[in-house]
Amino acid sequence: MTGDIIRLFPEIVLGVSGILVILFAPFVPPRRQSLLGWFALFGVVAAGAADALTARDPGLAFGGSVSADSFSVYFIALFLLVAGVTILGSIHYLERENLPAGEFYALILLATLGMALMAAGLDLVLVFLGLELSSLSTYILAGYRRHDKRSNEASLKYFLLGSFATAFFLYGIAFVYGLSGTTNLMTLARRVGAAGGPNRTFAAVALLLIFVGLGFKVSAAPFQIWTPDVYQGAPAPVVAFLSVGPKAAAFAVLLRVFFGPLSEGSHMAFWLLWLSAILTMCLGNLAAIWQSNVKRLLAYSAIAQAGYILVGFAAGSADGRSAVSFYLVTYALMNTGAFLLVAQLAGGGEGRTEIDDYKGLARECPGKAAVLSVLLLSLSGIPTTAGFLGKFYLFRAAVDSHLIALTIIAVLNSVVSVYYYFRLIVVMYMEEGPAAVSTARLPGSLWAALAVSVAGIFYLGIFPSAFLEFARLTSNLLPH
Amino acid sequence: MAILFYIFAAVAVIAGLNVVLQRRPVYSALWLIVVLCALAVEYLLLGAVFMAFIQIIVYAGAIMVLFVLVIMLLNAHHEEPTHGSQFAQWLGAPLVVALLVEIGVAVWSWPGAAHVNPPPLRAGPKSVGDLLFHQYVLPFEVTSALILVAILGAVVLARKES
Repeated sequence: MTGDIIRLFPEIVLGVSGILVILFAPFVPPRRQSLLGWFALFGVVAAGAADALTARDPGLAFGGSVSADSFSVYFIALFLLVAGVTILGSIHYLERENLPAGEFYALILLATLGMALMAAGLDLVLVFLGLELSSLSTYILAGYRRHDKRSNEASLKYFLLGSFATAFFLYGIAFVYGLSGTTNLMTLARRVGAAGGPNRTFAAVALLLIFVGLGFKVSAAPFQIWTPDVYQGAPAPVVAFLSVGPKAAAFAVLLRVFFGPLSEGSHMAFWLLWLSAILTMCLGNLAAIWQSNVKRLLAYSAIAQAGYILVGFAAGSADGRSAVSFYLVTYALMNTGAFLLVAQLAGGGEGRTEIDDYKGLARECPGKAAVLSVLLLSLSGIPTTAGFLGKFYLFRAAVDSHLIALTIIAVLNSVVSVYYYFRLIVVMYMEEGPAAVSTARLPGSLWAALAVSVAGIFYLGIFPSAFLEFARLTSNLLPH
Repeated sequence: MAILFYIFAAVAVIAGLNVVLQRRPVYSALWLIVVLCALAVEYLLLGAVFMAFIQIIVYAGAIMVLFVLVIMLLNAHHEEPTHGSQFAQWLGAPLVVALLVEIGVAVWSWPGAAHVNPPPLRAGPKSVGDLLFHQYVLPFEVTSALILVAILGAVVLARKES
C-alpha cells in the first residue's frame, strides 16, 4: 500500500495543495491574495519533487490502474511546468482584473491533477475521470471573467461542445470494453494479441470514437471550430494554460491508446491521422493569415501547431513518438509565454488585443517587444530556437517513415506560418507608434514566468541532446 | 427472454430519439425517464437486480427530479430552431449513417460475436461494493475531486458581488 501511495505521490500532492488553497483563501486578507499564488506555486514545486521521487521507483499501483514510468514522469513534469508558469503569470493579472484568487489557483491545481491522471492512468475509467477533471476545471476557468460577455460565451461554447466530445470518448471506451471485457490497457494488450481475440474492424471503430473525443481537446481538424472563439473570449492566462495543458494530456492518452494495445486497428487509423494532420495544418495556417486580433491569431496558430504534432503521430515510429513528446514541451514553453505576455499587454479589461494596437511597441518597450519576438520566432520555427528543432524532429520522423507528401505539405505550411508571425513582429518594429497596448512595467512574477519560457526555448534550441534522451524514454508506452 | 430484450431495447432507442427531437425541454426530460426505465429492465433481464434498482432509485428518481425541477425553475419554454448550421444538416445525417454502417460491419464481421461467453456476472450489492472499494478505489476517490471542482465552479460563477 505504501508503494502504491509513493507511485501516486505527485497526484496526491497536487490534490492536497489544491484543497489547501481553497481552505486558506477565506483567511487571507483581500489585499494579500498573491500569497495564495505563491502557495499554489509551492504546491507545484513540491509535486515536481514528488514526480522525481516516483521516477526512482517505477512500477504499477492500485491494482494496475496507475503506472509510474518514464512516460508518466515526463508528462507530469510537463504539466507541472505549464501550471507553474501559468500561476506565476496570473498573480498580477488577477489583482489587476480584481478576480477571486483562491478558486483560480485551486482550479488550476485540480486541472493539473486531472491531466496527471490522464498521463499516468492505465485504466480507461481513470483516464476518463482525469479528462473530466481537467475539462470541467477549464470550462469554469474560461468563464472566469463573468461580467464579460465574451468570457461567458467562451465558457458555454467550450462546455457544450466539450461535453459532446467527451461522450464520444466514453462511447469509444464502451466499445473497448465490449470487444475485450476490460478497460485496463495492459489486460487489453494481452487479449488483443491472443488468437481468436477481438478483430481489426472493431478496434478501428473504437479508435475512431476515441480520436473524435480527444481530437476535440487537441483542436485537430475537423473538431477545431470552437478554438478561436474560446481562446479569444477566455482570460488570456487561462488560455495560456488550456491551450497547452489539456492538449498535451490528450496527446499523451492518444499516444498510449493508438500505439499501445489498439495498434491492431491502426492501419485505418494511419489514414485518419494523415488526413487530420493535413486538414489541421492547412485550416489553422490559412485562417491565421486573415486575423486582425492577436488572441485569435494565436488560436489559429495553436490549431496549426496541433497539425504538426499529428505529423509525428502519422509517422507512427518510435522516433515519431519521441518527437511528439519533445515538441509538446517546446510548444508549452512558446505558447504559455506568448499568451501571458499578451495578457499583460492587453491592459485592464483585456481591451487591447488588436494587431494594430502593437504599432511601435519596440520603441516604447524594447524588452517586451524582444521577448514577444523570440516567442513568435520560435513558434514559426527559426533555427537556434526550440521550435525549429521540435519541427525538425517531427518532420524527420515523417521522412524516415516514407511520408514524403505529408512532409512536403507540412514544410510548406510552416513557410506560410512565417508570414503571420512576422507580420506581428513587423508591426512592433517597423510601424510608427504610439503603441495602444499597456506599456506598464512588467511585474516581477510575470517577468520570472517569461524568463523561464525564453530560457527554455534557447536551452532546448541549442543543447537539446540531454532532454531528447529523456523524451526518447517516453516511446515505451506500456510498462513491461 | 430474448424477445423481451429486443422489445425494451427498441423502447430505449425510440425514447432516446425523442429526448433529442422534442422541442420542449420538459418533454425531453420525461422521455429520458422512459430511457432509464427501459435500461433498468435490461439490467433485470441480465440478472443484475441490484443495478436495476439503483438505476430506478438514483437516476429515474433522484437525478431526474432535479432535472425537471431545474427546467421548471428556469421556466424554459419552446425552443426556437436555429437555421445557422447548414453544415450540420448536410453533413450530419450522412456521417451518422456512415458510423452506423461501420459499427454494423464490425459486428457482423466478427466471428466471435455469435458465441460470446459473457464473464460470470458479479452484480450483487456485495460484489459491486467489492469492485468499488478494491479495483476501482482510485477512480472512486477521483470522483470526489470531480465533485469538488463542480462545487467550486458553482460558487465562482454564481456568487453575489461582495
